[in-house]
Parts: sequence; structure tokens; C-alpha cells
Amino acid sequence: MATAIEIFKHLPKKNCGKCNFPTCLAFAMQLANQKVKLSDCPFVSEEAKAKLEASSAPPIRLVAIGDGPKKIELGDETELYRHEKKFFHPTRYAIVISDLAADDEAEAKLQRARDLVFDRVGQTLALDMLAVRNDSNDPAKFAAMASRVSKSGLPMALMADRPEAFRQAVADAHLARPLLYAATASNVGEMAAAAKELKCPLVLRSDDLNALADMVETAKKAGAEDLMLDLAPARAKDLVEKNTIVRKNAVKKTFRGLGYPIVLNACGDERAVLKAMLSTMKYGGIVLLDDLDPAHALPLFVLRQNIYTDPQVPIQVKPGLYPVNDPGPDAPVLFTTNFSLTYFTVMADIDKAKVPAWLLVVDTEGLSVLTAFSAGKLSAESVVEALDETSAKEKSGKGVLIIPGMLSRMSGKLQELSGLKVVVGPRESSGIPKMLKSGQV
Amino acid sequence: MVDVPVPKEKWSGKIGTVAVGSSPAEGGSRSSRLMLGGESGMPFLSYEGLGQRQRLAGEVLDSIDGTPEMSIALFGDAVNDPVAWALRWKELGVDIICLKLRSLDPEGKNASIEDAVQTVLDVLKTVDLPLIVYGCGNQEKDAHAMEAVSNACAGERVLLANAEENAYKSISAAATANGHGLIAFSNLDVNLAKQMNILLADFGTKLDNVVMDPLMAALGMGLEYSYSVNERIRLAGLMGDRMLQTPMCCDLTSSWETREATEENEAWGDATERGAWWEATTGLAALVSGADLLIVRHPRSLEILQDAIAELRGE
Repeated sequence: MATAIEIFKHLPKKNCGKCNFPTCLAFAMQLANQKVKLSDCPFVSEEAKAKLEASSAPPIRLVAIGDGPKKIELGDETELYRHEKKFFHPTRYAIVISDLAADDEAEAKLQRARDLVFDRVGQTLALDMLAVRNDSNDPAKFAAMASRVSKSGLPMALMADRPEAFRQAVADAHLARPLLYAATASNVGEMAAAAKELKCPLVLRSDDLNALADMVETAKKAGAEDLMLDLAPARAKDLVEKNTIVRKNAVKKTFRGLGYPIVLNACGDERAVLKAMLSTMKYGGIVLLDDLDPAHALPLFVLRQNIYTDPQVPIQVKPGLYPVNDPGPDAPVLFTTNFSLTYFTVMADIDKAKVPAWLLVVDTEGLSVLTAFSAGKLSAESVVEALDETSAKEKSGKGVLIIPGMLSRMSGKLQELSGLKVVVGPRESSGIPKMLKSGQV
Repeated sequence: MVDVPVPKEKWSGKIGTVAVGSSPAEGGSRSSRLMLGGESGMPFLSYEGLGQRQRLAGEVLDSIDGTPEMSIALFGDAVNDPVAWALRWKELGVDIICLKLRSLDPEGKNASIEDAVQTVLDVLKTVDLPLIVYGCGNQEKDAHAMEAVSNACAGERVLLANAEENAYKSISAAATANGHGLIAFSNLDVNLAKQMNILLADFGTKLDNVVMDPLMAALGMGLEYSYSVNERIRLAGLMGDRMLQTPMCCDLTSSWETREATEENEAWGDATERGAWWEATTGLAALVSGADLLIVRHPRSLEILQDAIAELRGE
């Protein structure tokens, strides 16, 4: 949003008061705070109106694909680095199915898409989209495959180089706002017209940023507003550099003509996984992939989860009693907080010891051990509450509770309240394997 | 025709360079001297200034106790012989050997300093790559061990590791005495990283002998914290903070401690491939956020990262 002074420059400066504010500057201040509408000014010129509306638009347009609960939104980003605030709309991954694919091949990919679901720290990580590519050049075949794939319920992308193919697929398969991929310099006019008519977002593809900016102008003139950009990077270097140029120009407002989310087509690219990861870290919106092996999908999805975490909100783990190394009633209970980093570290260290144990994760609102203790979010009482809620004392009959070394001063009270023998563990999690293996508990 | 501007930043600072290894020209016996750092822009933006090539160091342990089998299985019997292990790394094309003297640990094998130094000398004699040498993490023993390593490797420009906030004087003195470099460790925080370099500078260590290690948390284990700490360190350095203009080293090997990296689970695909990508993904995040030197454990992740560096630099 423009500042009051920037807005003021475009106002008539008559101070006529017809907007119900005594001066144009006062009106500009209200506008900057989005308290009033520009149309309240009867004398503002058309030119000024266009400029002010453009400058109040988000630096990167928000584009939606699909509808319903699985709808995908991209764009509306404001930062170059995640620590400055956060990245808002995570990169999305799509598996592409050819309309020439045999039945079993298409089914295998659809099944793969259904199977790519992982639960992690209370979030579900899954494949986001499916795409159908018109390799047959036959609009009817394309529509038939689109119809089949749409039953997955996932948002879709359609890949073709003729508007007729898009028209038939959207109509026959009753698709809701699929992403149309992609217009090129030679057909951007007719593609944009089709996108407008079908009310679908459209990808513009060119390996030349200047040409791409021209295509954006052409598409907008043809009435297509929801655009995405394929920068067609040849190498990883081009991907990082071009994505950065587009993002930085948009958020720093040095150039507004390419303020749209970015699409990467990694089909047929032997470095597809590498480029999907770089897209995830460096401003990518959608990545189109031939396929996605779960051995690559899991690190890719976790990378996205990490990068798109809000830096001001720690990831929390679900409180509860977690079994490690297949524990029985004679295994000890250890407790820690539900701050994800603490949990992961402690979990990995118990795991490493290869000694069966129960890990009690106490709800500390995502704070680490000492922070939680100092803030009163972790006390002997809250630990006892967690022990009771999880029936920890029934599951482990050993009667031993190992507590973080930094909380040794809690041990007396905790022993009294819990009725368990409290053992003070190491101050650093890395000491856990040694303690567990020593057999002292 | 619209002309899209290239939003090149005019940084006032530049990352310094640190040499690793001495070739015969510098009085050592390494095949070449490598330079780290030197960037005049954010990572992999050639229009701002790429700096020196990012380097990959292969990890060699002199004791594999507690190391996940899967992560070192490809080295076969070589894992029991640091020299053979280092030779394998050389064949695989690493730039640097990173020897970790775990055997020194008084709570583990408790090997003598003489034995550990002999291992360093054996590796040095057989493999002509530049060398990083880590202690075992026990401050008292490491202080003595690093002094001995420093003397034994005089003239070879080794990187000694780790200098830490509570233990930097002896290792720093040991490095300076024989012209070695050192790795300065800090715990995931821009200010702590800066503080560590200030302590070293105040102690008389020249910053062109220092590579900082701001702790690279693995994928799924807090990677996002490291990613942002690295970016902030690099931004501050480019904005002119001399105390944050040292090259960065990221150790990726803790990736193998992530349960999801190695657990056998049919729905998660082949565990070895997943584990290697887990380490490589951590490495990619390190590179993109500013790392100059990566320490890797698995040959497959080395291969992915070698390719990534060449691709990202447009070589």
C-alpha cells in the first residue's frame, strides 16, 4: 500500500472538502489506512485512479487454483527472506500424467499420488496437485484423461499448446479453475482469451524475462488477470537467479510487471528433485514433475514444511506418551517439552541408545525446557497432570521418571507429587544414551 | 519491449577468504591450496559476485561407535581404517578430508593422543588433499590433542576444529603457532557467531584464519533455524560487519540421526536413497543460505551436492 504522501501527489489538491475531510492530505491519510475509498473524491483523474489502484495491489498477485477445501493459493508474498516476516503460500507439487498413458500407467501414478501422504509433527504432508498433458494432440482424449484424473479430487493443471484442447477438457470434465499451462509468445493472445472465457488461471512461458513482461501486458489486455510465470530456467543457476530477480523486483517495487507466482516444469529433467528443492527455498510456486519417488518426496515435503514455518511460531509436537524402541512395562519414563527441536533431539538420542523407554511429551506451548520452566509453563504439577492424562504409570510399571538435568530443582516436589522415583538426567540430551545404557535406571 | 531490471544489491562488505591446505609452493605437501569464501553477493547470484567455489569435505572417523550403519555401509571395511577411508573419498572426488578423532573420547575408546596423531600423520602421508581435523568433544583432552596435531602437521595449513566459546584459547594458540586455520563453532545464533569471532580476534587470531560453523541443524531437526541464521550472518557480512565476514562451514552428518532419514518403511521408499537425499537436502539448504564448506558422510549425497554446486554456479 502506498503512503499518504505518495497518494497525496495524485490527488487534485483542491481541498474542496467534498470527501468529508477538510484537506486532500487528510483524505490521503485516510486512504493510506484504507478507511475510505478513492471514489469519494469527485475530482480525481482517471490517470491518477489507475496509478493509485495499481500501487495498492499486492506486489505478487494472489492466484487460486481449483475450489473447495483443497483449493490452492499462491502469490501475495511480501518478503525476500523468511526471517523478515515469513513466506505465506508454500510451494506446491504436481505429478503429470500424459493423455497417452496406458490405463495401468495412469492408475499407477494416481495410486502414487494417493500414497504420497506423510504425517509429521501434527501436520499432513501430501502431494498437492495432478496435471494432465495433451501429448495425443486429440482434445477428446485429453478431456477423457482430465475427467479420469479429476476424480482424485485434487486441484489440477492442464498442459496443452492449443486453446481448443483447454476448452474441451474444462467443459467435458467439469473442472473447477484448473491451471492452464502454458501460453507462449506466439499464442499468448488467444490463450489469454480462452483463460478469460474459462475463468481459469494461465501460465505464460518464456526463457526471456523481457519477453515475458511483454506477454503479461498482452494477456492483461486480453482480459486474463490470474497469471503465473514459467521462467524456463535451463540450469539450477538460472532458476535461482531468475526467481530472485522476479521476486525481488516485485517486493522491492523496482519493477511490477512480473508480480505473479512462478511455475517450474521439471518434466523430463534429470535434476527434477534438485530443482524442486531449489524452487521450494527460492520463491517457486508450482513444480510440475513426471513422478515423485517417496524416498525423494519425504525430504522434499519436510524441506517445504521447514522453510514455510512461521519464524515467530515454534513448531509444536502433540503432547502425549511416545514409545521408543518398543518399550514394555519395565521401561523407564523420560519427559521433555513439546517444542519440536527439543522433542526431535531427545527422541533421536533415546533412539540411538537402543534402550526401550517411554517419552512423555508435556505441553509447554512449544517452549524449550528452561524457557518453559522460567515462564511457568512447565512445573511439577503440569508434569504430574501429563503423567495422569497419558496413563504413563500404568504403561510403565517401573516407577522411575527421568527428568531433564536442567530441572534438577524440580525433583523433590515432583517425587512427592508423582509418587515415582525421580532420577535427574543429563543437562544435555546428548548424554541420554550413556545414561540409559549404563543401566543405572 | 519492456526492459526488466536486474535488482543487483550494492553491498558495502565482502566475505573474506580463508586458505586450506598448503601445496609445495606454500611449503606443504597437499596437491593444491583451496580458498574458501570471497563472495560479494548473496549465494549463487552471479550478477552480484560468486566468490570462491563451495567445497565438499568427506568425513572420516577413527572410531565408528554409534554411527548408523547405513550411512557408512558403502565404504565397506575401509571404515575401520582411516587411511583407506580417506583414499576412497579421494577417488570419489572430494575436495578436502575431514578427520574426526572420536577415538580420543575418554568416555569411549579413550585412545592416546600419540595414537590419534599417528592416524592424522598416516592420512596426511597417503592422501594429498587438504585436511580438517576435529577432536572428540572433550575440552580438556582436545586442547592437548589439537596442540599435538598442530605440531605434527606444521606447514600443511590444516583447519583445526572446534574453537568454542568456553574453549578457544588453546586451540587458537595451537593453530596460530603453526600457521593453521580453525573452525569456530557457535550454537545457532547470529549474535553468538559474531561473539565467537570477536573473542578470537581479541585473542589475536587473524580472521583470515577462521571459518565459522554456526551449527547446521538437519532437515526436519530445525533446518529452518539454521537456514535463517546463515542468511542473516551472510547479509550482515555483506552489509559490512567485519566480524561476520568469515566463510561458513556446515556439517551435514547429523542428518543421519533423523529417524525419518533412515527408518525402514515401505511407504517411504528406499531407505538408503532417502537417507542420502536427507543429507543432500540439508546440504542444499546450507549452500543456498550461504555455506562455503560442507562436511558430508555419504557418497551418494556427495554426488548430489557436487552436481548441485556445478549447476548452481553454472559451470
